[in-house]
Amino acid sequence: MEQEFESILPDYPVKVADYEGPLDLLIHLIKRHEVDIYDIPIALVTAQYLEYLDLMGELDLDVAGEFLVMAATLIQIKSRMLVPRNDSDPASPEDDEDPRDTLVRRLLEHQKFKAAAELLHERETIRSAQWTRPDARVEDLVDEPFERELEVDLFSLLKAFQSVLARSQPGPRVMLPTETVPIETRIQQLVARLSETEACGFEELFADASSRGDLITTFLALLEMIRMKIVRVLQSEMCGPIRVYRRERPADAPDLMGEPRG
Amino acid sequence: MADDNVKAIVEALIFASPEPVSLKTLTKLLDDEPPEHLEEALASLVTDWEEGRGLQLVEVAEGYQIVTRPELSEWVRRLFHERSAQRLSVQALETLAVIAYRQPVTAPEITEIRGVNTSGVLSTLLERHLVKVTGRKSVIGRPFLYATTREFLDRFGLRDLKDLPKVEDMAEALGMDVPEALTDPPPMDEALPFETDTSPEPPPEQVH
Repeated sequence: MEQEFESILPDYPVKVADYEGPLDLLIHLIKRHEVDIYDIPIALVTAQYLEYLDLMGELDLDVAGEFLVMAATLIQIKSRMLVPRNDSDPASPEDDEDPRDTLVRRLLEHQKFKAAAELLHERETIRSAQWTRPDARVEDLVDEPFERELEVDLFSLLKAFQSVLARSQPGPRVMLPTETVPIETRIQQLVARLSETEACGFEELFADASSRGDLITTFLALLEMIRMKIVRVLQSEMCGPIRVYRRERPADAPDLMGEPRG
Repeated sequence: MADDNVKAIVEALIFASPEPVSLKTLTKLLDDEPPEHLEEALASLVTDWEEGRGLQLVEVAEGYQIVTRPELSEWVRRLFHERSAQRLSVQALETLAVIAYRQPVTAPEITEIRGVNTSGVLSTLLERHLVKVTGRKSVIGRPFLYATTREFLDRFGLRDLKDLPKVEDMAEALGMDVPEALTDPPPMDEALPFETDTSPEPPPEQVH
């Protein structure tokens, strides 16, 4: 695509791809005209900016949105610059400020982070030139303790839960508006308990659940915690006792149901 | 234990470890040894590895690691047919820089600084484990707060967050004066942590 643009516009001094966002474009304009960033000739910069915007509108519609907001900002600043400032009016203290100040602050901050990114990149380059000793054998050793126990599958869990339900005392057969604990809260309670002990038996999870509803909530909470990779559920042999272990959450662990990621 | 012996053990542990070994880990493994002995041993090892060797002892990602000298990289590279390092895009690097200096920070705050929408870049950084969600900010919409990870420190060869490039170095890279401090300490109290991997405390706020 870039090549195409260049062939259409062979003499145009810039490639759109050079500019990531409106702030980058503004910095480019300021540098190209060698103007003082603290005293931006706003009329000139606005005119040039709009020129680029026209071109970009033709080339790449996707970026136009963010660029339009900046165009509006520039035009607003320009118009505010034209209005004589009334320093003596205490009712509008914001008039004391140069209308360009906010923009200048943003530009400078943007520049700082660009520089920071550059410096980070230098560190990254050095670091990537430092080779470490890869040893596949070590990885096998590190994982070993986990593999000794079987990860419990869903059906074994359901079976275990069945026996918990069967053992629970049948409650009174009256429908009372019970206080229901949401799964999220239950998860937090279980996490809090596991943080004290690192691990506990499957049935201990249900120790404080009185009603059938609570038992089910607890079980659903456990399933969710497995999915979120907060816990591991293991047994040392087939049909052996099931234990729940707290685990270090891997970085790619999914979040709670309904949580958008990012 | 004789000091030389401690030094030898520490060296062996760092060499054998697949990832940087922290002082804490060393202390745990050599439980009879006072931490200051370990620190002495480490300092002495760093000096030993300093000159005329192909390897060096570096402090990275809150730990110690034995690595080849960067200037010999081309030679090491010959060992491998091809290096498939995934390079970060400029956008990813800049977004990462904002997160690194301003953490914990929300996506709208990053967008404000960079002037462009960053959601795509953010998910890339999350996938690569360079940033993580540490909680939510107590403002309207309760946006996620992002922070850098240990992998980030490792990839960029940083000891810890204090080791991030300083503003003074930045002025040089920019070719201009940098007026404000970029490295203001982040306002930590705004974070509402819900992860439990670092602290055993139950999350104070309910996650919906």
